[in-house]
Amino acid sequence: MQINEALIRRLAQLSKLEFEGEELAHIQQDLSQIVRFVDKLNELDTSGTEPLIHIVNEVNHLREDVVKQEITHKEALLNAPKKDSDYIRVPKVLS
Amino acid sequence: MNYTDFATLHQDLKSQKISCQEILRYYLNKIEANKHLNAFLEIFEQSAVQKAREIDEKIKQGKEVGRLAGMVIGIKDVFAYKGHGLNASSKILGNFKSIYTATCVQRLLNEDAIIIGRLNCDEFAMGSSNENSAFGNVLNPLNTEYVPGGSSGGSAVAVAVDLCWASLGTDTGGSIRQPASFCGIIGFKPSYGRISRYGMVAYASSFDQAGTFTKNIEDAALLLSIMSGSDEYDATVSERPVENYTEVIKTKPEKLKFAVLKATLENEGLADYVKSAFENKIKEFEKQGHTIEYIDFPYLDYLIPTYYVLTTAEASSNLARYDGIRYGYRSENITDSETALEQTYIKSRSEGFGKEVKRRIMLGTFVLSAGYYDAYYTKAQKARRLIYDFLKNTFVQYDAILLPTTPTSAFKFGEKTKDPVSMYLSDIYTVLANLGGNPAISVPLGKNPSTEMPFGIQIITDTFNDSKLLQIAKYL
Repeated sequence: MQINEALIRRLAQLSKLEFEGEELAHIQQDLSQIVRFVDKLNELDTSGTEPLIHIVNEVNHLREDVVKQEITHKEALLNAPKKDSDYIRVPKVLS
Repeated sequence: MNYTDFATLHQDLKSQKISCQEILRYYLNKIEANKHLNAFLEIFEQSAVQKAREIDEKIKQGKEVGRLAGMVIGIKDVFAYKGHGLNASSKILGNFKSIYTATCVQRLLNEDAIIIGRLNCDEFAMGSSNENSAFGNVLNPLNTEYVPGGSSGGSAVAVAVDLCWASLGTDTGGSIRQPASFCGIIGFKPSYGRISRYGMVAYASSFDQAGTFTKNIEDAALLLSIMSGSDEYDATVSERPVENYTEVIKTKPEKLKFAVLKATLENEGLADYVKSAFENKIKEFEKQGHTIEYIDFPYLDYLIPTYYVLTTAEASSNLARYDGIRYGYRSENITDSETALEQTYIKSRSEGFGKEVKRRIMLGTFVLSAGYYDAYYTKAQKARRLIYDFLKNTFVQYDAILLPTTPTSAFKFGEKTKDPVSMYLSDIYTVLANLGGNPAISVPLGKNPSTEMPFGIQIITDTFNDSKLLQIAKYL
């Protein structure tokens, strides 16, 4: 599997990350090495094997959907990097 | 403080031979004297002192106290504790303060444990040497040129040099057992789903498991009894009844049948001194009347590849929440007002995440992306099934699997940072239990004769057979 620059740029775009210059070369090199390493899985015969998706056999435990307030408005805003008294502020979306 | 077992300390506290405030002061002084190890990111002095006073007051008034009164615990910087800082050792969480408390931490507090502070670790628990923390390396106290292991390096060091009585860590691929092995203490990862993950920063949700660092099995058993069990905030935690592990370990196990995976001893990365110490221990077990059988294990070389494909996939999804909007770090380096929102996401993430975290997000995005999903992600899920089935079948015939915890003792800083794959391979013996969801423990086994650095032996039992695991660990 060849990890070229175009693929790195596409993955970065999907990941909302950016890599420029030396960093770009490094991530391309690292990813190529890691992908080569995990390619070893191709040696394994998995025909007829179902993928394992849930590690615990118990089904999800659901509780009653009861309305309760456990976090206040103030607490919800506590960690927002930008906010006013009611809302989290984001950069301008529409120009 | 000359206490080696918690029962005595707890009793002396109740009979007022020692106070909680004295115990806490002892640890605060120890932490101050060992600052250079960089184990703690923050000391919760105010809330710890307040809790100590409350407990002392209760005792004075003759009131009942919780089962953990007198126990001072440090928590890895991935557990939420309301009103306290939480960073997952990453810059991206900025000045984050928890607005609720993790279930397992709350259960400790309910039993009157004192939470003394949060402990350094690899960023988002991704790493095997604690070299990936945004807040600097944690040093191995036995020799500061060596890594303490990771990702729960701070948690291991804190217990090893007595900066707290016990600590919490998390183990996604060995992050408790590997540093326990490198620091010469006990590291216990319970069965997946035994302890609620609510309030624990997510890395790979089908692998992540909270567990403990302790100096004896009694403490590991007590803490498991308290933290385990169903929780209405985690739909994946097991509803199985919680055993009283403290009682369970009072019974010595009968003649046991152990499996040793031949491939783990034939692995070329295994150091001779680990191998011979392990083999000597096996001979001891045989002399004690236990049965050891060497069995084939065809999957050793596929463990790390399977683990990395699946955990990075889950991580890339889990870490999508760090977008610079609702909490944490937000970049101000926006150059183009037309795409300001998009740039906020990209710049905040690119500036906030460290190198290893970005690497894993990129790999995870790759294995989940169109065109590669089946070849990598589904393939790895199938490989996980094969490994899971192997473990299930093995535990039909055997009580436990025995294997080294780590192929070597601790390595030096910088030794593996240039080559991510060589770093990943240091977890070769620990990821097995995470792939199967099994409980596993590392207990000290020996020392590297040339460096004097310790290493451990690992025991794995069937899923939700945590009691047998603790029994074996106690008596062997």
